Amino acid sequence: MSPAAPSDLALFWAGAIAFSIIVYVVLDGFDLGVGMLFGATRDPELREEMMGSISPFWDGNETWLIVVGASLFAAFPAVYAIFLPAFYFPVLLLLFGLMFRGVAFEFRGRGGPSSLWSAGFWIGSGLVAFVQGAAVGAMILGIPIKDNQYAGGPFEWLRPLPVLCGIGLMFGYGLLGAGWLILKSPTRLRDWAYQRAPFLAGGMAATLFLATIVTLVQAQGVVMRLTERPWAALFALAGALSLFGALRGVKSRRDGQPFAFTILFFLSAFGFLAAAFWPFMIPYSVTVASAAAPESSLSFLFWGAGLVALPVVLIYSVVVHAVFWGKLRIQGH
Amino acid sequence: MELDPVLLSRIQFAFVVSFHIIFPSFTIGLAAWLATIEGMSMATRNPVYRRLFDFWLKVFALSFAMGVVSGIVMAFQFGTNWSALSERTGSIQGPLLGYEAFTAFLLEASFFGIMLLGRDRTPPWFYFFSCCMVALGTMLSSYWILCNNSWMQVPLGHTIVDGKLIPDDWKAILLGPVQRIRWPHMLLGAFLTTSMCVAATGAWHRLRGTAWEESRVMLDWGLGLAAVLIPAQILLGHLAGDIVHKYQPAKFAAIEARWHDEQPAAEVLVGWPDEATGRNLYALSIPRLGSFIATGTWDSKEVGIDSFPVQDRPPVLIPFWTFRIMVGMALVMMAISWGGVLLRVLGRLEDERWFLWLAFLSFPTGFVAVLAGWFTAEVGRQPWVVYGLLRTKDAVTPSLSTPMVLASLAGYILVYSLIYAFGVVYFYRLMRDGLTRRTQPAAGYGLNTEPVQ
Repeated sequence: MSPAAPSDLALFWAGAIAFSIIVYVVLDGFDLGVGMLFGATRDPELREEMMGSISPFWDGNETWLIVVGASLFAAFPAVYAIFLPAFYFPVLLLLFGLMFRGVAFEFRGRGGPSSLWSAGFWIGSGLVAFVQGAAVGAMILGIPIKDNQYAGGPFEWLRPLPVLCGIGLMFGYGLLGAGWLILKSPTRLRDWAYQRAPFLAGGMAATLFLATIVTLVQAQGVVMRLTERPWAALFALAGALSLFGALRGVKSRRDGQPFAFTILFFLSAFGFLAAAFWPFMIPYSVTVASAAAPESSLSFLFWGAGLVALPVVLIYSVVVHAVFWGKLRIQGH
Repeated sequence: MELDPVLLSRIQFAFVVSFHIIFPSFTIGLAAWLATIEGMSMATRNPVYRRLFDFWLKVFALSFAMGVVSGIVMAFQFGTNWSALSERTGSIQGPLLGYEAFTAFLLEASFFGIMLLGRDRTPPWFYFFSCCMVALGTMLSSYWILCNNSWMQVPLGHTIVDGKLIPDDWKAILLGPVQRIRWPHMLLGAFLTTSMCVAATGAWHRLRGTAWEESRVMLDWGLGLAAVLIPAQILLGHLAGDIVHKYQPAKFAAIEARWHDEQPAAEVLVGWPDEATGRNLYALSIPRLGSFIATGTWDSKEVGIDSFPVQDRPPVLIPFWTFRIMVGMALVMMAISWGGVLLRVLGRLEDERWFLWLAFLSFPTGFVAVLAGWFTAEVGRQPWVVYGLLRTKDAVTPSLSTPMVLASLAGYILVYSLIYAFGVVYFYRLMRDGLTRRTQPAAGYGLNTEPVQ
């Protein structure tokens, strides 16, 4: 094991990756959520409007996943080399999901089996959401490692806790997607989304409650960490209040509120997990310090990618959302 | 050979990368072509260039989407199937591939958004600037990929600490002698690929009698550019061969199917290398030419495969044939492009239907050459993944089992077949009708030309 304290550059990259993950979760979360909601209706008008509401954003949103993967490989190759084999099949499903989602935007409306591409769109979205949640659940349970490599079987991630977390994230992204549609739609799609939001919030709360019980029984490592850091309960509290705020927004029909509070909920959940995991990148065996690439790599990466590319990606995301600010405009209305 | 995780992971990597590389090798040239015709359109105000731009932009959008979709897969292959490689070389390969992802995004994706949606929202100079940035981005992307691959071919600028390869001299990694040849070789390969496709599209429309003005421009630019680029590419290919001769003698022997040391060395033009008996069946060879190709003298001694220990020998059949396919494609491109220029000078290009057919049918030559060249480079590097330092069999993810990789490989084949089969159909329709038809999205943010009510 390397010295316990991570270098400044390692901390920078760990922070940059954590930041990219949360930006990814919020941004791709809403368009994955819209993708799943797409499967919940057969109404072609609603479906077209859903696609239209995310079409300028989705590829920029997915870029953050690439930023996470590329930064991880570059700055923490040891984590990259353990994490991906541990999730061999989930990663495969994630990629297939992303592929079917991505081509749906290009292929729908070009003739041929457009119902196939529509099905691929919402099933792919659900798959991507599920495996991301399952990965979090599997991390809570811990990942077996031997000689700096993954040492478990191919289906470790298919246990009760990861499955619950996967379903929970599907509800969570769904809620984020509903919040997005409420925010963006000027038509009956907004009412449609308002009607579904309480169900999605309830589903998420119920699965999270079950997941908490399973965690208390099965994942002593996490429980021990959290008893050492009682302040982490503040994140849980903030999460609960945010969910409440989102539901209040649904009830009072304030279009921006459900989306904003759902984002707050995700931020709280992320903070809670970070409190449970830090300083480990792979709980509880690989730390930020032990996984970091040598300084020569981290600084080579810092001066170009860290100081220039990362801020520009961020600015780009802000600009895209600013340019397309406000409600959707429906042609022919 | 048995079906172990190593062989299956190699097949999987070859499968997904072969599908992927088709798109970048097309879009690199296409981005430059779009910037060129946008510049021509601004300079001449000839509406033909604008119509061509709008058409090729649609083609670009579809290939870009498929390139991105298949490229995301590549970003994860190193981790899922080659985690030992990632762990031991990640501090060199990670930053290179990381920079690729960042530049690809910065220049390609962000300015590409402006190309697609910003025609009416930006001043013309900025629109043209965006086209140039997208072109620059695709080229820079290929720079990082070639940096990474050139380092795997001829590792430079590293030290070894605890069995891991640590970067020591980034300048050597970024600007080494190998990279300085191989990157331009790949770039020209991409430009030629696009030139041949543009020319073939022009020939196709001319044969069908559609889009007369556009087809003439496409024929002239495509054939003209290929005619100029192909001699430069053959020269660069020769220099790339010199690098293999100098740094990877076993690969060179495999490409030449030279089983024993020879002085002077003969050149096997064609034949069937038989790996079991270590000789060439049905070989057609020319004495002394092998020495000349390798060193420029007629009597140099050239090493054969049996000079290398058995465990260090690359396969022979694949590099031998893929190299010849690549060279053969270069000769076809040269014949078509020079023939086309000659016919143009004679003023008969559009009348000779047989030639238009040939030009049309030559659309895949660039793709085939790029793929064959990559197969030569990658298979010829075996049994090493990082030449001389890390063997392919030691690079694979230790927790993989045969059924796991079989399942993922079957999944990739299934999904790719489905997506690419339809992709090809949509490409075909777009190429056929794209010069005449327009489409509008039904719902959006009102960013198109439609006024918002």
